Amino acid sequence: MAKPKCKELIINRDWCKGCGICIHFCPTNVLEMDDEDKSVAMRIEDCICCKLCELRCPDLAIDVVAEPKEKETEN
Amino acid sequence: MEDKNYIRERFFPHIWCPGCGHGIVLNNLLRAIEQLKLKKNEIVMTSGIGCSSRISGYVDFHTLHTIHGRALAFATGVKLSRPELKLIVPMGDGDALAIGGNHFIHAARRNIDITAIIMNNRIYGMTGGQFSPLSGYGTRATTAPYTNIDHDFDVVELAKAAGASFVARTTTYHVKEMADILKQAILHKGFSAVEVMSQCPTYFGRKNRLGDAVDMMEHYKNSTVRVGSKKIEKNPDLIERGVFVEKESPEYCSEYDKIIQKAMGTSA
Repeated sequence: MAKPKCKELIINRDWCKGCGICIHFCPTNVLEMDDEDKSVAMRIEDCICCKLCELRCPDLAIDVVAEPKEKETEN
Repeated sequence: MEDKNYIRERFFPHIWCPGCGHGIVLNNLLRAIEQLKLKKNEIVMTSGIGCSSRISGYVDFHTLHTIHGRALAFATGVKLSRPELKLIVPMGDGDALAIGGNHFIHAARRNIDITAIIMNNRIYGMTGGQFSPLSGYGTRATTAPYTNIDHDFDVVELAKAAGASFVARTTTYHVKEMADILKQAILHKGFSAVEVMSQCPTYFGRKNRLGDAVDMMEHYKNSTVRVGSKKIEKNPDLIERGVFVEKESPEYCSEYDKIIQKAMGTSA
């Protein structure tokens, strides 16, 4: 089984309040705070799709979209 | 996110402060409901007054935003008239245990099939940070600038003693556990009391110098253990999380049905 890979990490900038919970608890340090105090996915290639950011977001602003499983990615 | 179907998107972004734990409770409650594949029409959410009680405005179920502390009384009325519906009652710590303290213990005593979620942020946030019955001895609040001398309730012990047939505790850090516990609580037939420790960085955190939302969630991670863990023997200050009570006992609506049948039988 290939490791799940993130296709897209959508952050709803209208809903994000910049609390930083997703950034702090990300195990692979994918997210960063930008100049407007909103979270952005800077290193999406490191994302392991654990979805902890999505689950812990108090503003329901994050959506982690995984690559479809059938599609084998090169290792 | 699939659970977007369950919210009233027109009211977002929500009113809660940045980092407020109540949003995390909403997030994972929706996931629990989605995983249980419940229909919107099957759920009635009633809530009282307070930051936490605003939650009923954001979900696209049948919702009743009622008066302070009385959400369980309204829920009891709904449940008795339509026992086939699932009743979920999110409450703040003050709403549940100060203003609505009597409703809470009596709903637990009757064992009526309602899921009560106590979103415990240890403060009255909406009105400006007054101490609540769960703030605890030695904490600071707007109304306790020289520290609070009131001792706090232990929600789990209180619910147990009052007769709730499902009692659990979790935190906003332990999100997967929270969704699991909420699923069990919703499925449980009888009164379920779930305490979710939820950070209020704006008042409780600031007044008690606990840092921001992230620091408060780190604190939940480090100051709690799973129920039955041996770590608590070495450090009795740790707070236990998990399911404390899960027992079968006669449910109120079923018992009421039996009484109706008995009365009809004898009068016929």
